[in-house]
Amino acid sequence: MAQRTVVEEAPAARPRAAGLTDSLRRLASRTPIHIALIVLIILWSVPTFALLVSSFREPGDIATSGWWNALTDWNFTTANYEKVLDQNGMGRAFFNSILITVPATALVILIAAFAAYAFAWMEFPGRNWLFLFFVALLVVPLQMTLIPVLKLYASTTIHTDVPFIGGNLWGTKSYTGIWLAHAAYGLPFAIYLLRNFFGSLPRDLFESAYLDGASDLRVFFRIVLPLSMPAIAALAIFQFLWTWNDLLVALVLLQDTNLGPMTLKISSLVTSFGTQYQLLTAAAFISMALPLFIFFALQRYFVQGILAGSVKG
Amino acid sequence: MIGRKWWVPWLWLMPAMALLSIYLIYPTLDTIRRSFFDERSRDWVGLDNYRTIIENPNPLINDTHSALLNNLIWIPVFTGVTVALGFIFALLASRVRYEAIAKSAIFMPMAISFVAASVIWRFMYEINPDIGTVNAVVTELGEKPVAWLQNTESPQYWLLETGPKQDIGPIQTNNLALILVGVWMWVGFAMVVLSAGLKGISTEILEAARVDGANEWQILWRIILPIVSPTIMVVATTLVILALKLFDLVFVMTGGRFDTDVVATLFYKQLFVQQNDGLGAALAVVLLVAVVPIMVISIRRFQFQEETR
Repeated sequence: MAQRTVVEEAPAARPRAAGLTDSLRRLASRTPIHIALIVLIILWSVPTFALLVSSFREPGDIATSGWWNALTDWNFTTANYEKVLDQNGMGRAFFNSILITVPATALVILIAAFAAYAFAWMEFPGRNWLFLFFVALLVVPLQMTLIPVLKLYASTTIHTDVPFIGGNLWGTKSYTGIWLAHAAYGLPFAIYLLRNFFGSLPRDLFESAYLDGASDLRVFFRIVLPLSMPAIAALAIFQFLWTWNDLLVALVLLQDTNLGPMTLKISSLVTSFGTQYQLLTAAAFISMALPLFIFFALQRYFVQGILAGSVKG
Repeated sequence: MIGRKWWVPWLWLMPAMALLSIYLIYPTLDTIRRSFFDERSRDWVGLDNYRTIIENPNPLINDTHSALLNNLIWIPVFTGVTVALGFIFALLASRVRYEAIAKSAIFMPMAISFVAASVIWRFMYEINPDIGTVNAVVTELGEKPVAWLQNTESPQYWLLETGPKQDIGPIQTNNLALILVGVWMWVGFAMVVLSAGLKGISTEILEAARVDGANEWQILWRIILPIVSPTIMVVATTLVILALKLFDLVFVMTGGRFDTDVVATLFYKQLFVQQNDGLGAALAVVLLVAVVPIMVISIRRFQFQEETR
């Protein structure tokens, strides 16, 4: 009997605006959730916030008082940033990071898109096995590959200087070497992501284009790439962040401190100025600025990429 | 396209195949070969490098046992805590109106590098309570400040009886301090993926359970968890691989000092400090062997997905 009244009353009560007691009761039952969530959000944000605040404080203040004092006692400066950009070479390292990341990202997208098109829309013997093999390469630890690649670079170095961007033409002191390495390490994930997206495009589209006599290249550039922009955007963001945030590949394969990206520079600053937080905080924030901007501006694609990529594990 | 020449697909695949062969396939085989050779990759030494890893003859210079054990601690603790917290975040966030903002705040550390995160947390863990936030809280609570990254009360010594005798503590706190940084960075990933899994649960099932008199706790354990468990597996696999390959965080935060080395940082030391390519290669092979089961599981699951598509 009681069961029945609940079932009968519920639909009638719902469309009406909730009364004051109702909303109060709901508020009370939700309060623990709000408190837990807000505490967690604050806990998660404090470390980054502490870094940001500290990077703008006077060196003397950082060394003697906690960053929380700056909230009540305003005294900020941009001197740390000027110093770390000029004297500690973070300015050059910022450009190096861009010089490394942008071509490596473009390269991986183009090469992976070619391969993904073949996997998705061409028939050839062993197609599924080869694709599976590529996906399996996804979990190979980078460490497996570094010694042989390093030896290969060292033995095939081309010592010609490259104008403008610096470094050798090829080898352990070259940008070409690190571009290709990053592109190769990003390929398994990129091919996987793009092949699945290309494969989900409607078949009719391709058949009518082929019937009209369109070549593969034309279909690829005129149909596949424009329609796949969401997937390509997600991939570009991922590849960009991976390359930008990488330390290990640069540490091993780029044996010239002048060419090194920001991660390399910061890591050596930590070794030499471990407790000079006015330098470290400013340097870290310079390296975080672009990823954070991309993250907040393009979060939608970022999340899509994670969801598309993590289906495979 | 009908009437495509047989070699056309291979032409499209060629750049990718060339890069993968040079940078992943050939080096993997070559590293396996090198693991059976001496430190300059000249003389065949059989299984000596692997024997060194197992017997740990030089615990003061390269403590292989400590590194292996640390990876073994990282994998369950990092994965477990990250998945659990990510799940709790996803559940909590789905019940409030400011879901997007809450998720952004938790998710944000994923965008930054391990290197930047290391600087952030070295600052948080600083021993001086006037500078380090964590120790400021600790002293506020009336305790003495802790050297979070240096505490060597390590489980290695009583588990393995190697290395110098020291005061023995039950937990190596500096490892936990490092793992916490990893959790801070990756909870957002677990949250986003799990939250997408939660969104996929139809409200009808939940309503039906409530009408049948199930309480929220039963709904969580009997309905929600079983439905999202495949998603949890996916997240966990990704995190396990991450914990296996882990390098940057340990390298920048402690440089492997105070018994925090993991296999990947020890590998780097063999390569550039000890100049022992053979042992370095053997350590890399250990990592590869560890990911093979994960690789097999992933391929099985992928084939299953393809068949059921």
